[in-house]
Amino acid sequence: MIDAPIISVEDLSRKFQRPPVLAERLLHMVFNSKLPPVVNAVIDMDLTIAHNEVMGLVGESGCGKSTLGRMISGILPPTKGQVVYEGTDVSDLSSADKLAYTLAVQMVFQDPYASLNPRQKIGDMIAEPLQVHGITTSRAETIARVDQVLDEVGLDPDYKSRFPHQFSGGQRQRIGIARALAVNPKFLVCDEPIAALDVSIQAQVINLFMDLRDNHGFTYLFISHDLSVVRHIADRIAIMYLGRLVELAPTHELFAEPAHPYTQALLGEIPSIKRRRRKFQAVKGELPSPLDPPPGCTFHPRCSHARSRCKEEAPVLRTIGPERQCACHLINKI
Amino acid sequence: MNDHLLTVSDLLTVFHFSEGAYAAVNRISFHLKKGEVLGLVGESGSGKSVTGQSLIGLIDPPGEVVSGKILFKGRNLAAMSDEELRLVRGKEIAMIFQDSLSALNPVLKIGEQMIEAITEHDAIALEVARDRTIKALKQVGITAPEARIDQYPHEFSGGMRQRVAIATALLNNPDIIIADEPTTALDVTIQGQILSEVQNLQKNTGTAIIWITHDLGVVSELADRVAIMYAGLIIEVGTIDDVLDQPRHPYTRGLLDSIPAENEPGVRLHQIDGSAPRLSAFPVGCPFRPRCSRKVIACKDSLPPISKGDRGHTWTCHNPIPEETQS
Repeated sequence: MIDAPIISVEDLSRKFQRPPVLAERLLHMVFNSKLPPVVNAVIDMDLTIAHNEVMGLVGESGCGKSTLGRMISGILPPTKGQVVYEGTDVSDLSSADKLAYTLAVQMVFQDPYASLNPRQKIGDMIAEPLQVHGITTSRAETIARVDQVLDEVGLDPDYKSRFPHQFSGGQRQRIGIARALAVNPKFLVCDEPIAALDVSIQAQVINLFMDLRDNHGFTYLFISHDLSVVRHIADRIAIMYLGRLVELAPTHELFAEPAHPYTQALLGEIPSIKRRRRKFQAVKGELPSPLDPPPGCTFHPRCSHARSRCKEEAPVLRTIGPERQCACHLINKI
Repeated sequence: MNDHLLTVSDLLTVFHFSEGAYAAVNRISFHLKKGEVLGLVGESGSGKSVTGQSLIGLIDPPGEVVSGKILFKGRNLAAMSDEELRLVRGKEIAMIFQDSLSALNPVLKIGEQMIEAITEHDAIALEVARDRTIKALKQVGITAPEARIDQYPHEFSGGMRQRVAIATALLNNPDIIIADEPTTALDVTIQGQILSEVQNLQKNTGTAIIWITHDLGVVSELADRVAIMYAGLIIEVGTIDDVLDQPRHPYTRGLLDSIPAENEPGVRLHQIDGSAPRLSAFPVGCPFRPRCSRKVIACKDSLPPISKGDRGHTWTCHNPIPEETQS
């Protein structure tokens, strides 16, 4: 884990705003009226992921975890800041290096029903990037590679002439993984890859991710809302809240000693088959709208420890241990 | 004869398609006691939602409740006409759905929908119904219900909409609430809030709940008893402690073992190979046989009989996991 970083992001931010229509623009120019609101999906994010590391990224819906994953994989350009791949800012890469980066960083999506083209045979789907990027040069070589990756994800290579609707959810997710594997990536951004799967299938797919890491030395950014899944697979865990990183820690330390009140609350909410007839002690309130985040620490309206300072001043991410960071005013005070 | 509020026996719900008729719920029997929370657990396609819908006559063609008895307070719901069931539904037995956005009418104010649910069953003044609605919304933790009652569903967040659905179910003080995956689409912190509300309400009102879910963790923390479904069958049922601590069916054991939190971090998880059969391809004999590590010859030929243990613990397996002598 002390390897050189494969990916790091520096000061990375992403805003979303509906483009103002002409009338809004004119009114803004003449009367300085309001433009459409801005959503800050990811705010000043700094994160470094080492070779062969599994970084878990956890947060509730709307916290910006998918937006971060998409920026890292190059699907979505950042508004500010940079993504650094093996030491170079990806916006400075030459076209040949850019292609190498694009191929090396692949994405596995959440919904295996929406992410596969329903009219394309799965063999063609996996073969397409191989041919487009000239990774294989002959038809025989392409077929051999398709067979190899299908076999690797636990699907019968004979299935390659079938269409997505002929597969179950778990098998479809394997197809999505095979498609990512085909181009020999180094880094997989997995965006909630098991959330849509049945319980007994989740374990199979988690095992597949672990086997692939062992066999290929892959690095993962594993995005999930489920801490117990991330605990199983990740070396380190980053917790996001309303676009910001609020805590970063090695997995066992995070579970043993969560520092941020939000992390503590999340850990308390994991349902467990060891607990019976629990009295639920829920975190109060809801995730505030990212259109109108609260002032100060964005978690303060839901935090049971919040003090006056939290309402006024946003905490910065501080180093609180050898490998730990946390953004809270009250560290060591609660 | 006993304290059973609801007794279901031999319930068979079939879906008719052009290729044939398939049993989504295959002659299941179970009961629900007064004030009890029963977890109904299964994977997609196991028949858990169809079971819930069958109980209150919500199965539409091509589906059909073919046979079986649903005894509720001395009446057989399975033999009732649609008109008679309308009187029971929403009054004595209420339902909460997973997707509350599509369960609520988007063009009616929250209050209008909720008041209708009362006046449909009781001839009372509108003001009284309105007061009752406001009280129900307050009960589920909605702040300023007097104002929110005049808002539309889209003005509520997902968690708030689910609270509205729960409040609606509570309006007529039902004996039973059937909750079909009510927290699955919600974030964990919101799930925790809803579960805590449900727990309080259940304690205060004594309503019995059938909680349909795929999440054994939630069931463990909420329910008194649990029924595990697979391919249209209840394969194991019993108290939470009996079923989760000492499962006898290999499928239950497999589900428990595959939960990440029950495995050492970083090592391969226990997994059940294969996937659940499709409705159109339920195998002959025990439907779990193709995925089962304990299968014997008998599993191929016949559906296993129901075996009985202590405290109403039953399982359906030819080769059940032996009872552990030590706890």
